[in-house]
Amino acid sequence: MKHFLDIAEISRESLIELLDMTANMAEINRRPVPKVPALRGKVVATVFFEDSTRTRISFDTAAKRLSADVMGFAASASSINKGESIRDTIETLEAIGVDAFVIRHKTGGVPATVTKWSDASIINAGDGANQHPTQALLDSYTIREHFGGQDLTGLRISIVGDVRHSRVARSDIQAFTKLGAAVTIVGPSTLLPSDMTGWPVEVCNEFDSVIGESDVIYMLRLQRERMNSAFVPSLDEYAQRFGLDKSRAKRMRAGSIVMHPGPMNRGVEMCVDPAEIPNSLILRQVTNGVSARMAVLFKLLGAGGIPEDEG
Amino acid sequence: MNVLIKNGRIVTASGERLSDVLISGAIVAEVGTNLAPPDGCQVLDASGCVISPGFVDLHTHMREPGREEAETIETASRAAAKGGYTCVVAMPNTDPAQDTVAVVEFVKLQGERAGLCDVRPSGCITLGRLGETLVPFGALQAAGVHVFTDDGTGVQNHTLMRRAMEYAKDLGIVLAQHCEIASMTEGAVMHEGSCCSHLGLPGWPALAEELMVYRDIELCRITGARVHILHLSTARSVDLVRAAKADGLPITAEATPHHISLTDEQLRGFDPLFKVNPPLRTRDDIEALKRGLKDGTIDAIATDHAPHAPHTKELALDAAPPGMLGLETALGVVLAETDLSLAEVIDRMSVAPARIAGVADQHGCEVAVGSPANITVFDPEITWSVVPEELASKSRNTPYVGRTLKGRVRHTILRGEAVVVDGEAKK
Repeated sequence: MKHFLDIAEISRESLIELLDMTANMAEINRRPVPKVPALRGKVVATVFFEDSTRTRISFDTAAKRLSADVMGFAASASSINKGESIRDTIETLEAIGVDAFVIRHKTGGVPATVTKWSDASIINAGDGANQHPTQALLDSYTIREHFGGQDLTGLRISIVGDVRHSRVARSDIQAFTKLGAAVTIVGPSTLLPSDMTGWPVEVCNEFDSVIGESDVIYMLRLQRERMNSAFVPSLDEYAQRFGLDKSRAKRMRAGSIVMHPGPMNRGVEMCVDPAEIPNSLILRQVTNGVSARMAVLFKLLGAGGIPEDEG
Repeated sequence: MNVLIKNGRIVTASGERLSDVLISGAIVAEVGTNLAPPDGCQVLDASGCVISPGFVDLHTHMREPGREEAETIETASRAAAKGGYTCVVAMPNTDPAQDTVAVVEFVKLQGERAGLCDVRPSGCITLGRLGETLVPFGALQAAGVHVFTDDGTGVQNHTLMRRAMEYAKDLGIVLAQHCEIASMTEGAVMHEGSCCSHLGLPGWPALAEELMVYRDIELCRITGARVHILHLSTARSVDLVRAAKADGLPITAEATPHHISLTDEQLRGFDPLFKVNPPLRTRDDIEALKRGLKDGTIDAIATDHAPHAPHTKELALDAAPPGMLGLETALGVVLAETDLSLAEVIDRMSVAPARIAGVADQHGCEVAVGSPANITVFDPEITWSVVPEELASKSRNTPYVGRTLKGRVRHTILRGEAVVVDGEAKK
């Protein structure tokens, strides 16, 4: 595997292999000294054309725990809008010496395009509303870790909210269904993709009708700007129809879990404190994110096998 | 200076015949077989080739003045000549825009200086293409402008467009519309459909085009103005134009080679090379456009030749400008992708666009004694592949790399002068 760009390009077998590798990394992360020399001498550049603190820190931590050197590059949104060349940025960093680029961009396709200009491995850290494949890996891992088993067969997963603008939803739907889960997407039609021909999902416009039937309630973030383009009449109305509040949390199926990719919009999609929900795995996702990203980095840059302790 | 074209064939709706064509000055002097070259006459071999009236492009972005890094009137003219065009209508979205006599005269002058193609500037409909104030149509018409358009955007304000049509009717000029309701296409990078939904990209709905096509048809109905619809891209748009023509409205329409050969699936690789406005649509739309071209609903094939400097097409999809090259590949795409007869191809690429552009006295004239010597000689059977580095355009944004095209221009003659000989521009 040279790049990690799109869940659609990854076979079910490779996905399971990555989940198993994530479990190995989670074991390393539980050690008193959570660090192995597996990627010593390798350089990982995190190139974020779009601001993101969480994903960036998660990748940064993952690379360091594998002993890679990390090169950080943050381009402000304004300099990109001025037409700063992505190609020049990548070629400049590569000339300094990079083994893997971790790329985030507000527009779909940029990480895939960069593969044309670089010999390094490219990891998609989120591109537009297209893909966020490491999120799908960490989400799949978190669900598998909770429910057990080799994959997600038999689980009913509802993804609730702004699927239209969500790269998380696109990657998760592909990963979850590849791993055998049944996925329902829930939201008003304005926030669902306009043409879902071929999507392996059920579609539902009422949160209440899936709340008691799901093993996983996966809440998506609703960007507050969405109401400016008439995607929803108001945030308040959205919260009433599609927010997870106490009453809905109580009606959740026994043993089911709540997930969210973060950052949460409290009072919009999250109308209940996650700490008050017994089965919120939201922070577990963040923890597992480091392990999942270690697995991807090791898969692309490592020597194969399982990372070993320092001799 | 004389030119003798030997052993070609002249194709018309009523049939075809092997012919030599002798050009004297800027006029066809003789048409026949076994013509002998006069002393000092340039002889052009046309074996296996069609001798056609020169092509006329209703839709060329020459980028000068304002964006000379992408194209100049000279380089666009050279590309046009190599593509078989003897006349192009220069789109007005230059900087400054073609909304004053001064800019229009400059474009004409640069065209004359290049001397490779008859460059006819279009004019804007509104000053600066801002959709607010009408241009001085009469003064621009007096400077030779016949086609007016805000191409790149449509005129959004319904009343303003109605007034433009009422005023234009008096002058007999053509109003050409880029049909797109701007409020429906904000941030769009590709056709709104299943591919777009899959990729999570903002889409151009077909309806954004169709609503304005419908509006302009109805405005045409109440004003009687000559309306030309630019680059139709959807099946429903073709239906609307077909119905309008059946009602006898003075409407014409064009389609581009890329809209009849490429679909939105091309965007799966996120390559801004395939970002164009209107966007590449679906296979069904392509079939509808081809039917429209065949039955004459769509009068003309127009390139929407839109050069962009390479670095601008290396930006993210939303930051990259829309548009692709077209002049040098149009014939090859049309012959490869459609079932139009040669006579129909000549009509859609030369005769009909010449009529729409108001240049039918000089271009699109049947090759016959006494007609103007604006002529294209093309081989309709030869297959070839596009090599971007060999294009005459200053830019390289062709979407046809790796595709086999059929039919290629061999010679182009402008006002009696062979400006392209054996595929090579002579200046």
